[in-house]
Amino acid sequence: MTDELPRTDAGEKAAGAAHPAAGGPLLRIEGVVKAFGTFRAVDGVSLDIKAGEFFALLGPSGCGKTTLLRMLAGFEAPDEGRILLGDKDIAQALPHERPINMMFQNYALFPHLSVRDNIAFGLKRANMARADIATRVAEMVALVKLEGLEKRKPDQLSGGQRQRVALARALARRPQLLLLDEPLAALDRKLRESTQAELMELQRRLGMTFIVVTHDQEEAMTMADRIGVMRSGKLVQVAGPRELYEAPRSRWIAEFVGDINLFDAESKLRDGHRLVIGTRDAGTLVVAEPRQPLGEAKFSVAIRPEKIKLSRRGPVSEAGHETAINRLDGVIADICYLGGTTTYKVKLDTGGTVQASVANSARLDVDAYSLNQHVVAWFTPDDCMVLPS
Amino acid sequence: MRKISRLSRFNIASLALGFAFLYLPILILVIYSFNASRLVTVWGGWSLRWYHALFADRAMIEASWMSLRVAFSSATIATLLGTLAAVALARGERFRGRTLFSGMLYAPLVMPEVITGLSLLLLFVALNAERGFWTVTIAHTTLTMCFVAVVVQSRLGSLDRSLEEAAMDLGCPPVRAFLSVTLPLIAPAIVAGWMLAFTLSLDDLVIASFTTGPGSATLPIRIYSEVRLGVKPEINAICTLVIALIAVVIFIASLASKLSSSQGESAAPL
Repeated sequence: MTDELPRTDAGEKAAGAAHPAAGGPLLRIEGVVKAFGTFRAVDGVSLDIKAGEFFALLGPSGCGKTTLLRMLAGFEAPDEGRILLGDKDIAQALPHERPINMMFQNYALFPHLSVRDNIAFGLKRANMARADIATRVAEMVALVKLEGLEKRKPDQLSGGQRQRVALARALARRPQLLLLDEPLAALDRKLRESTQAELMELQRRLGMTFIVVTHDQEEAMTMADRIGVMRSGKLVQVAGPRELYEAPRSRWIAEFVGDINLFDAESKLRDGHRLVIGTRDAGTLVVAEPRQPLGEAKFSVAIRPEKIKLSRRGPVSEAGHETAINRLDGVIADICYLGGTTTYKVKLDTGGTVQASVANSARLDVDAYSLNQHVVAWFTPDDCMVLPS
Repeated sequence: MRKISRLSRFNIASLALGFAFLYLPILILVIYSFNASRLVTVWGGWSLRWYHALFADRAMIEASWMSLRVAFSSATIATLLGTLAAVALARGERFRGRTLFSGMLYAPLVMPEVITGLSLLLLFVALNAERGFWTVTIAHTTLTMCFVAVVVQSRLGSLDRSLEEAAMDLGCPPVRAFLSVTLPLIAPAIVAGWMLAFTLSLDDLVIASFTTGPGSATLPIRIYSEVRLGVKPEINAICTLVIALIAVVIFIASLASKLSSSQGESAAPL
């Protein structure tokens, strides 16, 4: 039964076998549902993954992203829906029958085996010849830069080294699809950043398809070509990092991905290609008209903190553009110095608060604002988003 | 720099008292087994006289042989069954009555031996089974199986489930994944379970006396019946040998677990 599925291990390169029609998706998830008792962990997810793509599943804990990944690996079987790899439905196939490998969150290295035997484990199961196994293991060890540690046991390695062994082990069989479950969660910050870069470089060099699960939006934004945001078992938006950040589809996504200032709208007026929106907390705001027409539903105006500029006297107004600029007066209520940037919380005269993130572009604090100082927070209509509540 | 691990006077005193309480009676027994005197409580100089007498005592030798055979076979069967039960409970799908089942597995741990012995006797009588080696072996298997299950299950519980999943992900069918990853990792617990079962069976008197038949007495039964007629120095000698045997078994067990945790090159069956 193993032979019915496209495989890439046992030495042969995954040439065209995985890509049935040129341009078609490598993996197609169709209406997949998985329930545990009455709880629907994954609730009707459909998604196409292209070959060679670095895809991130992003969501808070309990949103179903790990369950979805485990269904791709074969540890859970979906209750409904299909999972097509190439043109084969693998939804009910067992883990060892799939040309997919997974890197586990805690790495799951076999503690009784050396680094070399851990990496060779999957190759031995694929009945590769001894000499080929040795070559492949050496290749993998070089790939993840673990030369000289082949005879060590997992408990004699550092966290970063273990992560590399896990990666090498998962890559050794040359899977068509590599799944990574929170691959960097156990590493400290510095190591995480360099490992992110290495993972991306590796993925590009091998031309492999990666699906990574993470709850860390920065990690997802840095590494992935496309990001799928999950919430309560549903895929709420699939987009590239920039689109996700600058044009989130809902208020929840905007709040989950990065920081945001939100003002509930109370009234709206059309003014050419602009909307004039009355808010309770921030007075009247002028925003660019959204691409999707707003219905009668409630909505909010959203601005990212780094899009808000602060100044002592207000923006230098160019003639004729003054009305196009949103200007909010207030006092500095809180200062949070973060090194590269400083986040100011501004208490507005209209009652609300806004967060503004200002780059610390000068070393000396001549530009810094002090507590209780009066400031003007301003931003352009194009920096505002209009999001349904 | 002062050593932090240095013991205070109080610690030394309490250690000494504790060890004296545990081992003084055994020490006295061992010393008196080398007594030349016929009287158990009077010291008459060093001698191996009672060891010679012991090896001439056919009944005692037969009882020892019987005990070793029972301990070996019951420990082996109990380890097999106990490991299977532990795997089923720790790894199996959640099924209805699972809690009840695992509770029932552990019940013999706290069940008074008299009750276990008596109920097994009634069973064997009802089945009209001839009492002897096999009935004692079966009885000891029931007694020791749950100990093995407890030891193995606790090891399985501490084992990361994703190890087995990783093996499946890397191409092992489920059974193969268990054999090549889980089994080597729980092997020390299985060995420890076997040793525990072996020693438990070796020293059991109550259940054995209920379930054995005429002519197939185990060593504890034999010793007990001898002592009822008065303590002979010969008994001291056989007890010393049993202590030596158990000490060796424990020594090997701890050595084995140490070796398995720090084994050098890959020793795992792939």
